[in-house]
Amino acid sequence: MNTNPMDAVSGAEPTAAPTWRQETLTQRVTGFFLRDRRAMVGMILLVVMLFAAFVGPRLVPYEPDQPNVRNRFAAPSWSHWMGTDRSGRDLLSRVLAGASISFRVAIGAALLALLIGAPLGAVTSYIGGLVDDVTQRCMDAIIAFPARLLAIVLVVLMGPSVVSLWFAIAFSSIPRYARIIRGSVLDQKEREYVEAAHAIGEGRLAILFLYILPNVLPPLAVQVTLDFASAVTVEASLSFLGLGLVPPTISWGGLLNDAQQWLEEAPWLAIFPGAALALTVLSFVLIGDAIRDHLDPRTRRRGGMR
Amino acid sequence: MIRYTLLRALQMIPTVLLVTVAVFVLIIIIPGDPVLSMLGYYADDVTAVPHEIYDRMFRELRLDRPIPIQYLYWLGDALQGDFGKSVVFRVPVIDVVVSRVPATLYLGTASLLIAIAVAVPFGVWAAVKNDTWVDHLASGFVLFGVAVPGFWFGMIVILVFAIYLGWLPSIGYVAPQEDFLRFLKHLIMPATVLGLDVAANILRFQRTDFLDQLHQDYVRTARAKGLPGQLVIWKHVLKNSLIATVTVVGLNTARLLGGSTVIETLFSYPGLSRLLIEAIYARDFPVIQAVVLWMVVLVVVVNFFVDLIYAYLNPRIRYATA
Amino acid sequence: MALLEVHNLTVDFNLGVESLRAVDDVSFTLEPGEALGIVGESGSGKTVTALSIMRLLDPAARITSGQIWFDGQDLVTRDESAMESIRGRRIGMVFQEPMTSLNPGYTVGEQVAEVYRHHLHFSHAEARRSTIEMFERVKLPGAREMFNKYPHEFSGGMRQRVTIAAALACGPSLLIADEPTTAVDVTIQAQILSLLGQLQQDLSLALLFISHDLAVVSELCTRAAVLYGAQLLEVGSTDTIFTAPRHPYTAGLIGSIPQRGQPLEGIGGTIFDLRSPPPGCRFHPRCAYAQPRCGRDVPSLSRSSASSPAEKGHAYACHYPLSAMRK
Repeated sequence: MNTNPMDAVSGAEPTAAPTWRQETLTQRVTGFFLRDRRAMVGMILLVVMLFAAFVGPRLVPYEPDQPNVRNRFAAPSWSHWMGTDRSGRDLLSRVLAGASISFRVAIGAALLALLIGAPLGAVTSYIGGLVDDVTQRCMDAIIAFPARLLAIVLVVLMGPSVVSLWFAIAFSSIPRYARIIRGSVLDQKEREYVEAAHAIGEGRLAILFLYILPNVLPPLAVQVTLDFASAVTVEASLSFLGLGLVPPTISWGGLLNDAQQWLEEAPWLAIFPGAALALTVLSFVLIGDAIRDHLDPRTRRRGGMR
Repeated sequence: MIRYTLLRALQMIPTVLLVTVAVFVLIIIIPGDPVLSMLGYYADDVTAVPHEIYDRMFRELRLDRPIPIQYLYWLGDALQGDFGKSVVFRVPVIDVVVSRVPATLYLGTASLLIAIAVAVPFGVWAAVKNDTWVDHLASGFVLFGVAVPGFWFGMIVILVFAIYLGWLPSIGYVAPQEDFLRFLKHLIMPATVLGLDVAANILRFQRTDFLDQLHQDYVRTARAKGLPGQLVIWKHVLKNSLIATVTVVGLNTARLLGGSTVIETLFSYPGLSRLLIEAIYARDFPVIQAVVLWMVVLVVVVNFFVDLIYAYLNPRIRYATA
Repeated sequence: MALLEVHNLTVDFNLGVESLRAVDDVSFTLEPGEALGIVGESGSGKTVTALSIMRLLDPAARITSGQIWFDGQDLVTRDESAMESIRGRRIGMVFQEPMTSLNPGYTVGEQVAEVYRHHLHFSHAEARRSTIEMFERVKLPGAREMFNKYPHEFSGGMRQRVTIAAALACGPSLLIADEPTTAVDVTIQAQILSLLGQLQQDLSLALLFISHDLAVVSELCTRAAVLYGAQLLEVGSTDTIFTAPRHPYTAGLIGSIPQRGQPLEGIGGTIFDLRSPPPGCRFHPRCAYAQPRCGRDVPSLSRSSASSPAEKGHAYACHYPLSAMRK
C-alpha cells in the first residue's frame, strides 16, 4: 500500500507508545535533556554561564570598577585570570558583571516579545475579521524592517537603558510570536475537540487556555530560546556600537568596543568578553535547535544518497 | 510571466508607502526641537537662537503646516532625491548618501559571493553525505556562524592577519579606481567575516531543505530511470532546492546591500551603515532618515526580485497568475 | 531461461537501536513476456522486494543474502554504475504516487526526453520526437502539446501515463509497476490497467505488478505471488490461486474481495510488528485453521502434488493447506 519502505516496514507501532504516556511533563523534559547530547551540552553551558552571572561576582576578589594604575594592561595571570584593562581593572570581574546585564536584557527582551506577541496573535486570530487583517498588515510592515536596524532606530529614539533595550530588541520579534500562535489557533479552532468544547458551553477564554495553549507551548519554547540567543547578540552589537548600554554600565558589547583600541597591546580584552558572549549564545542555540529538531520530524530525517 | 511581474510590482507600492510613513513619523517623534537640531544646536535651548532665524527655519521646514501636509511635501521632495541638508556636512543629504553607496556595494557583493560560494556546494555536499564527517562539519560551521558574533570574529581575524601576521591592513578603505590592489587588501577581511556569517545562515536552510528534497518521490523516479546520482543531484534536486535557497539568499542580500553596522564600524569601512552610526552620534536626523529609508526600500525591492526568481524556478506560481 | 530469478532474497533494515527483516527468504521467477503479480498488505515486503531488484533501497536497508538473476547477471553484486545502465534501459519502474513521482520543476516532456538522451545518446530533437511518439503510445491526448507542460497541470491519471512513458522509453524487457493505480480514482484505474495490459502484449514485456488488490492482479497477471509479513506464502498461476487457494491467508484475501451475492469475509486481526515476528507460521495468530504446530514450526514452501498443467509451479507454505477442492 505504501511505497516508502520505511513506512511500510514499521507497520504498527504499538510498543513505543504506552511508556511515555505515564511520564509527567517534568520527567519528559528531563529525559529529553539527558538523552539529547546537544541539549545536554547547551544546558550545562547555560547553567555555567548563569552561575557566572549571578553567583560569580561574589566570588571574585576585585570590584569590576576598581582601578589600579600600577597594574594596567596586565596579561592573564594567577591573580588576574583574564588580565586587566587600561585602568588596571580586573577583566574577569568585568566579564562577570557583563554576564548579568546580558542575561537581564536578553531574558527581558524575549519575555516581553512573548508577552506582547502571543496574546496579540491569540486574541486577533480568535476574533478574526477586520481586526485580524489590520494586525496582519502591521506585522508585515514590522517584518519589512531588518531586525537590527529596527533595534538601532528604537534605541536611538528611547535612549540607552535596560528597559529601552527590552523594547527595542523585543519589537522585531513580536510578529514571530503572533504568527506561531495564529497558525495554531486557526488550526485548532477547526479541530473536533475544540468544537465539542464549544458545544458543551466552555467559554472562549477557557478554550484558549485549556486546549490551544498546550499545543503552542513547544513551538513557543523554541522561539523564546532562540530569541534569548538573538537578544544577547543584538544587545552586544548595540553596546559595541555605543548605542546600547554605555559606561559606567558594564556590558560585553561595551567591553569589546573598548578592546578595539587596544587589540595590539592587550588582545585578551577582546578575546575573553567575546568568548563569554559566544558561549552564551551557543548554549541557547544548542537548546533551541535540539528542541526544534525533536518536535519537527522533517529535520530528524536521516540518510543521504548513495 | 510579464503579468506576474506587473502584479507583483503593483503590490510593492503600498508597502513602500507604509515604510515612508514610518520613516517620516520617526522624525516627528524624535525628542528635541527639529529646528534647533537643524541649526546645529544640541541643547534644547530656544533662547540661544535669534527669533527671526528660528521662525524662518520653522517655516522652511514647513513645521507650520499640518502633519499630513508635511508628509506629502516630504514625500514629494524625497521622490526627487531631496532629503534636505545634512546638519553635520552642510551639503545635501543625497550627496552624502550617494558618496557612501559604492563602498557598501563592494563589500555587500563580495560577501554575498563568498557566502554563496561556500554555502551552496557545502550545503549540497552535507545533505548528500548526511550523518558523515562532512555533515557534522557543516553543522559545526552553522553553529559557529550563529553563535559567534561577526564583530568578535572580525576582531580575532584582525588580531591574526593584521597584527600578528601583518598580511593585511586592519582598517580603512581605498577606492578601486585609486589603487585596485590596496582596495582588495582592505576588502578581504571584512568581506570574509561578513560572508562567512551569511554563509552559515544560508547553509542552515540549504542543508535541511536539500535533505528534504532528497527524500522526495521524484528523486527515486529519476534514479529508476537510470540517471546517475550526480545528475539527479545537480539537475533534479538542485532546481527544486534552489527555491528555498533563493529565498534565504534574497533575505540576506537585502541585509548585505544595506551594509552591516558592526562590521563597517569595526573595520572603519566608510559604507552606508557606518554613515548611519555616524549620523546617530551627530544627531544628523535628515541623514538618518535617508539611510533608513534606503535600507528598507532595498529590502522591499530585493524581495520583489526574489519573488520573480522564485516564480521562474517554481512553475506552479508562474502559471497560477498567468 | 527465465528473465528474472529471485533466489532467497533477504533484506534487513537497520533502525539504529533495533533492526528488522523486511524481506525474508523470498524466491520467485519471471519468464520473458510474463506478468507476475505480487500481492500483500502494507508491510508485507512487496515494495522492498521491488526496490531490491532496482537496487534503490533506502540507505538503512541492506540485502543480507540471496541473489537476483536478471538476464544472466546477479544484480545483487552489480556496482552502482552497472545498475545505472540497467535502470531505465533494461528495467523500467512505475511508482505509486503519480502526484509526487514527477519532478515539479521540469516539463513532463523533458522528464521523458532525458531518458533517451542519457541511455541512447539521442540529440535533443531526436529525444523530443521519440518522447512525443511515446506519449502517443501511452495515449496521452494531444501528445505534441503535452511536451512543454508541467506536472502540476496534469491529473493523476495523465501523470501516471507520463511515468509509464518514461519507464518504457528505452524499450526495457521488464517493467516493475508498484501499485500504479492505488492513488488514482476507479475509472482512471481501469484505463491505466488496460493500458498496461496492452503495452505488455504489444511490447512482449515482462511485468512485475505489485498490488494489495488480488482482484486487480487477477485481471492483469498470469501468475501471482502472495507475501505476508516479509515471507512468501503462496505462488502459482492466478487461475489456481483464485479458484483453489491452498493457504488460508490467500483464501482470506479472496474472501475480502467484494462479490455480488456473497457475504464479505475479512481476515480478523492486524499484521504483526515486523520488529517482533511471531514464532512458527507468521500468519498463525490470525489464522482460523491454526493448530499448535503452527505456533512452533516455520512451514517451508512446498510444491503442490497436483500435476495438472494449471497447477504447475503452484507452491505454498502451510502445515495444513486447505483442500484443493474447496471452491
